[in-house]
Amino acid sequence: MSGKIIYSLLIISALVICISSLVQGKQDQDDPENLEQYKLVSDFVKENEVCFVCHGESKYQLVDEFFGRTITQKMCENRIIHREDYYISNHKSFACVDCHSDEYTVFPHALELRLEEPYQCIDCHGYDEDYAHYQFEKIEEEYLESTHHGVTEEFSCWKCHNPHTYHISIRNTENLKETIIYDNAICLSCHANFDRFQLLTDRSGIDIIQHHQWLPNEALHFQNVRCIECHTQINDSILVAHLVLPKEEAVRKCSECHSSNSILMHTLFKFQAREARSEYGFLNAVIMNEAYVIGANRNYILNLISIILFGLTFLGILLHIALRIKNKV
Amino acid sequence: MYYHYPLYIRFWHILNALFFLLLILTGLSMQYSNPDSPLISFPVSVKIHNICGIGLTINYLLFLLGNIISGNHKNYRMQMKRMMNGMKKQIYYYAIGYFRKENPPFPVTEERKFNPLQACTYAMVMYVGMPLLCITGWGLLFPETILDNIFGLSGLKITDLIHVIMGFLMSIFMFVHIYLCTLGSNPKGNFVAILTGWHHVDKVDK
Repeated sequence: MSGKIIYSLLIISALVICISSLVQGKQDQDDPENLEQYKLVSDFVKENEVCFVCHGESKYQLVDEFFGRTITQKMCENRIIHREDYYISNHKSFACVDCHSDEYTVFPHALELRLEEPYQCIDCHGYDEDYAHYQFEKIEEEYLESTHHGVTEEFSCWKCHNPHTYHISIRNTENLKETIIYDNAICLSCHANFDRFQLLTDRSGIDIIQHHQWLPNEALHFQNVRCIECHTQINDSILVAHLVLPKEEAVRKCSECHSSNSILMHTLFKFQAREARSEYGFLNAVIMNEAYVIGANRNYILNLISIILFGLTFLGILLHIALRIKNKV
Repeated sequence: MYYHYPLYIRFWHILNALFFLLLILTGLSMQYSNPDSPLISFPVSVKIHNICGIGLTINYLLFLLGNIISGNHKNYRMQMKRMMNGMKKQIYYYAIGYFRKENPPFPVTEERKFNPLQACTYAMVMYVGMPLLCITGWGLLFPETILDNIFGLSGLKITDLIHVIMGFLMSIFMFVHIYLCTLGSNPKGNFVAILTGWHHVDKVDK
């Protein structure tokens, strides 16, 4: 009997914890203090709330004014944009209606609005001196040559760079591991999630683990390099390569990365390498500082000492042999 | 003639030498890997290095076990003071005495298999170098077992550094060891001894 009471108490306390965390979550989202924080990065927080009141929540309400009743419905998952993600994204300072039709402010939304062609990166960022440094035109060229472009007409920049949540990470990262996880999550959101993957292809399945089993220490590779290191064509003139190659053309030769002339210096460690070139004078010092890559990790001092030691050893042996010959021993 | 190397020691030694040479070759291939002129291609090097590393570790564990059972460990023991003097004498012999055709200061006898320099070097190699090399090697084989951070430095990098340094030192030992073996009663003598088990002692050795 007492066992049943303890069991019931445990269940109740677990439920209380769950419910309180849900309530807490809800409070966090609606917290006016959070909205004040968002106002530091956006002038349109109030206007955007018209959208976020439904699209920032997991549910929305339909009001039937004629009969005076309210229906609560679950918000479709891919239509939810979390405020905390949006207000740290690259587009955080935008009003929703900057990119979306202002007819969306009318609810329920008209069906035709869904057929609207969304803006592409190049529409805003292309051919603009303010963005010249990022070379969006070249990125667009690379994308048009990439295997993604040919997959389906529905493929666009947004499939990888969610305009509501995407933020730049690699250029100014202080934590490379976090950046790798973030960037790989973009690829895995389709390539490891068949629900999304099937929207863009007729292929019947995906098995990313199986396909990469040839890699020694597969999990370690996944944690320490981005997918694009092997799956894109390096282009030193743009910041991040966008020419995604067909799988047959992906890097399979270990020494492409595991060598002193590692391609990682032109991809993953590109930004650190640029800064470190002047500091260390030799490129692989960057990899030494950032990661462990067999073949690419070459400690200059250790190499020098080892060469001197090997040299002295062989010199000693040769000298000994010469003296043996001379003394006929 | 002294029978110093029974069959199991000879077999163990040959296996050790084989593993070691392959580990040096593949280790250098990986450390100085170059896509344009590979000594041994990277994936092949990784496979051979892993297999030989496992083999060398098993062989090393057999050595430890054998030393406990057979009493072979006595050959590595020596008093510190006597050993230092003995090492000096042996170094002098290799550097000068050998060319003056002096008799070796510590000839091989029934009771003495190693001279002090050999005893000390072999003890360092087998009881310091090998454990460090094997432990760090296994760490690199299963990198997830290595601590992420050791005193603020990457555990993986420290493990790699120790492994590479020990690899270099052991390689130098190998080269010197093989060369010094040619200084026996005749250049082939010591090699024949480790293959047949019988150590030939001529007049000079005595």
